[in-house]
Amino acid sequence: MSVHEQFADDLALHALGSLSGEELRSLQAHLEGCASCRRELELLRGDSSLLALTTTGPQPPARVRQRLLSAIAKEPRMPVRETVSESAGRRRSWLPVLGWMVALALAIVCIGLLRQNATLHEDVASLRAQFTDQASKLEQANAVVATLLDPDALKVELVAAGNKPQPRGKAIYERRTHNLIFIASDLPALPAEKIYELWLFPANGGAPVAAGLFKPDTHGSATIVNPPLPNGVAAKNFAVTLEPESGPHESPRGTLVIVGVGG
Amino acid sequence: MSSSDSNAMTSDLALVTAIRSGDQGAMAALYDRYSSIVYSVALRVLQDTGAAEDVLQEIFMQLWRNPGAFDANRGNMAAWLAVISRHRAIDTLRRRRPENNIEDLVVSVEPDLAGNADRTRTMDKVRGALETMPSTQRSVLEMAYFEGLTHVEIADKTGEPLGTIKTRIRAGLLSLRKVLAA
Repeated sequence: MSVHEQFADDLALHALGSLSGEELRSLQAHLEGCASCRRELELLRGDSSLLALTTTGPQPPARVRQRLLSAIAKEPRMPVRETVSESAGRRRSWLPVLGWMVALALAIVCIGLLRQNATLHEDVASLRAQFTDQASKLEQANAVVATLLDPDALKVELVAAGNKPQPRGKAIYERRTHNLIFIASDLPALPAEKIYELWLFPANGGAPVAAGLFKPDTHGSATIVNPPLPNGVAAKNFAVTLEPESGPHESPRGTLVIVGVGG
Repeated sequence: MSSSDSNAMTSDLALVTAIRSGDQGAMAALYDRYSSIVYSVALRVLQDTGAAEDVLQEIFMQLWRNPGAFDANRGNMAAWLAVISRHRAIDTLRRRRPENNIEDLVVSVEPDLAGNADRTRTMDKVRGALETMPSTQRSVLEMAYFEGLTHVEIADKTGEPLGTIKTRIRAGLLSLRKVLAA
């Protein structure tokens, strides 16, 4: 192999680290593709090392040796380049496996999420159906209550033909929820300063419980819906009395108007 | 110590291998073997003992951290350390960051310089060659190598044409190689 003559002098300068700028870049570009010039550069560095080795001088002070040995004792052993490369190789060899493991984990997570999503969809559909059903029932109940409470609604009591309508009432009571609906009809018009009062008679024989004051309309009809009542009171009967409008209303004192058939 | 003596001595490669595994004793042995070369080169360039000590410490610390930087198959330890010491010293002289990684520097020298006797014999030949070299050529070579002057700076300093300086530097290095080959 022979050195390219146009680079011969620059190779010597480069061996000494004297080359810079465009001359250096040009030579480096050439060296990348020229093995013979690379070899010559190594030889020129070797030649220059001979120049260095001709130097003589005093031995380095002992403190430098001690300082170096202390420094390497304190410094954690750094991995050598080959070890790093080897480790990097091992890391690289694990990369595909790691990639597949991550992909598998992601797939499992995705399947779980899809299943959870499907379950949630089912739950939402079920809740939507329940809500629709409840809304429908509520709408029907509201319609019933609205009709019962509407003062303009026509309320007609049907009795046996030829009989004069008598005052009457119907109480529907649910103990667990203490909901009460009371519907009265054909009640006599109220005298001055008087008012009707509904009473609940407890099943345990306790004192009657006030269940609401009311005034019938011009047809003698009246409705009471869910008046305030004590919790869990079992009822055995209901009655309506005529009481002074000014009270007191804690216990029945006036005239009995209607009473439950079972009472 | 003769060449055979040097073979009996723990080889540079064995020491570097031990250093790779963290053997501090091997590091001490390598330092004892080559610290004088590294230090004398740095001191010749820097003309300052403190700065030369710093270069010495830095180079061996780098070797401790990265013993793989030295490739025993591509050069011998003495020549490699001498070149690195000179490069680091020049960097210090010019107050610039190191321009070369130590593992990038491949140094090729034919003679075996591991043993003191071999090295002394070789150096006697080199010194003889320098003494017989034309003073203008030796001066240019020493300015480039030990003072860290560029060929442009040498041309300015000596008044010689730039091409002449380049040629003298290369010719001077090649003459050292020829002495050893003879």
